[in-house]
Amino acid sequence: MSRLRDFWLILRGDPEADRVVPPTGFTVRLTFFSSSAMAFLAVFALALSFATGRLADRWGSELARSSTIRISAPAGQVEQQVQATLRVLETTPGVSETRVLGEDEQRALLEPWFGPDLPLDSLPIPRMVEVIEAGDGYDSEGLRLRLRAEVPGAVLDDHTRWRRPLIRAADRLRLLGWVSIGLIGAAMAAMITLAAQSALSANAQVIRVLRLVGARDVYIARAFVRRFTLRAFLGALTGTILGVLAVVLLPSASAEGGFLTGLGFQGSHWLWPLAVPLLAAVVAFWATRLAAFHALRELM
Amino acid sequence: MIELQDVAYSYGGGALLSGISMTLASGSFHFLTGPSGAGKTTFLKLCYGDLLASSGQVSVFGQDARGMDRDDIARLRRRIGVVHQDCQFLDHLSVAENVALPLGVSGKDARTEMQNLTDLLGWVGMSKQMDALPPSLSGGERQRAALARAVIMDPEIIIADEPTGNVDWEMSLRLLTLLVELNRMGKTVLVATHDLNLIRAAKAEVAARVLRIANGDIQLAGADL
Ligand SMILES: Nc1ncnc2c1ncn2[C@@H]1O[C@H](COP(=O)(O)OP(=O)(O)OP(=O)(O)O)[C@@H](O)[C@H]1O
Ligand SMILES: [Mg+2]
Repeated sequence: MSRLRDFWLILRGDPEADRVVPPTGFTVRLTFFSSSAMAFLAVFALALSFATGRLADRWGSELARSSTIRISAPAGQVEQQVQATLRVLETTPGVSETRVLGEDEQRALLEPWFGPDLPLDSLPIPRMVEVIEAGDGYDSEGLRLRLRAEVPGAVLDDHTRWRRPLIRAADRLRLLGWVSIGLIGAAMAAMITLAAQSALSANAQVIRVLRLVGARDVYIARAFVRRFTLRAFLGALTGTILGVLAVVLLPSASAEGGFLTGLGFQGSHWLWPLAVPLLAAVVAFWATRLAAFHALRELM
Repeated sequence: MIELQDVAYSYGGGALLSGISMTLASGSFHFLTGPSGAGKTTFLKLCYGDLLASSGQVSVFGQDARGMDRDDIARLRRRIGVVHQDCQFLDHLSVAENVALPLGVSGKDARTEMQNLTDLLGWVGMSKQMDALPPSLSGGERQRAALARAVIMDPEIIIADEPTGNVDWEMSLRLLTLLVELNRMGKTVLVATHDLNLIRAAKAEVAARVLRIANGDIQLAGADL
């Protein structure tokens, strides 16, 4: 509760109490600089996490454990080859479901390429069979060989399978993004602690005077905490704005541009960078507070 | 008000003070004198909780100093006005802000105490210098500003360490007059000084007692001073 009150006091500011500590010059500038640099990095780490997350989601949904078999055959043999394919699949371990795509579905698949008025019946369009995997999936090489032997017109298309390791990599990258944000926060805490410590020891005489006239440790600590928290917040705000600008100004390509050009924020993810300055303020608050109480205990 | 029982103190080497027992009654006026380095400042620091006795018991306002945490000591300081041997100002704040500092640190609104502050600065004759920065003050002005700061919280005890340290005789008498006035207002006053003339001058004004500190011991000096 009193911590909350402290936090409120800091945001509100108390110019009179702040004046008891003389301007702390370079330590405060150091805090401003390091928190803006850290916030800039944090914005990129965030963007990286979200971008890899989106990538993994997209690839993951495409994967959906399904593949297709395309059957192209002379008009008279299509139905027969479809049935042959289904028989092969029935006896393939690792296949849980098979389904022959209907005409409407095929039309929908082809529409983006050929437009809505495609005369499907008069075109030698291949038939499609969707294969849903079970468990660890099927042995695609084996299936391919059997199809080649029994259904000459069938081609197994399992292009989405190769993405599986990429999805794992994307997931790992997303995790690393979050770890980076944690490390950035920790590095910032360390830097602010050092800056606060140096400010405190440079002001040992001020602290002595304040104690002489009856200042409690919380009062003295607050004067330092306020200063560093405010600077860290403003620094992080600056760094965040610059970081977001840099992300916005990244040369853009289509959404299919993949990972590099997809680095950015989308939708509600734009709100996340706003958390960076607040988080920086919280980190600075605690780092300075702990440093101050530690220094005040030593300075007995 | 302040009570010492068999108090000893050492900075690490041999005992600087030992076996000291005495009581400073409420409303009394005491001088503490002795050669330089005898331990006058050390004794005063024991009284306002800046140092903890190596052994024995110091109690102030009936509270044992050993049992106080730092917050208790901070509260104690608000009831004891201290004029430090070298004044101790915040050099980046004006005289008025320095004098008002005890109000600020104890959470009082300095603005509502404005009248009190200007009265006090007038009383010590520092109204003209209230916006000056401490480093620009003369020795006598520093001492008067320090005294004003020591009394702004209306403390029950005033402890002054060499308040006439480097001022001329006329200024010494002026400062003495202020201390005597405070004592007449009922405040307990303890002044460390090596200036025997000051003590003699004071004796004409108040029933001051003189403590002499030498060789680690404190004795009540006789009337022969
Ligand atoms: N923080 C300290 N650490 C070690 N020794 C100290 C410390 N402070 C004072 N002393 C020593 O203790 C002795 C007494 O010091 P103190 O300041 O109490 O003397 P004093 O009677 O006030 O002298 P003066 O009249 O010069 O002000 C001195 O020898 C001094 O060197
Ligand atoms: Mg001294």
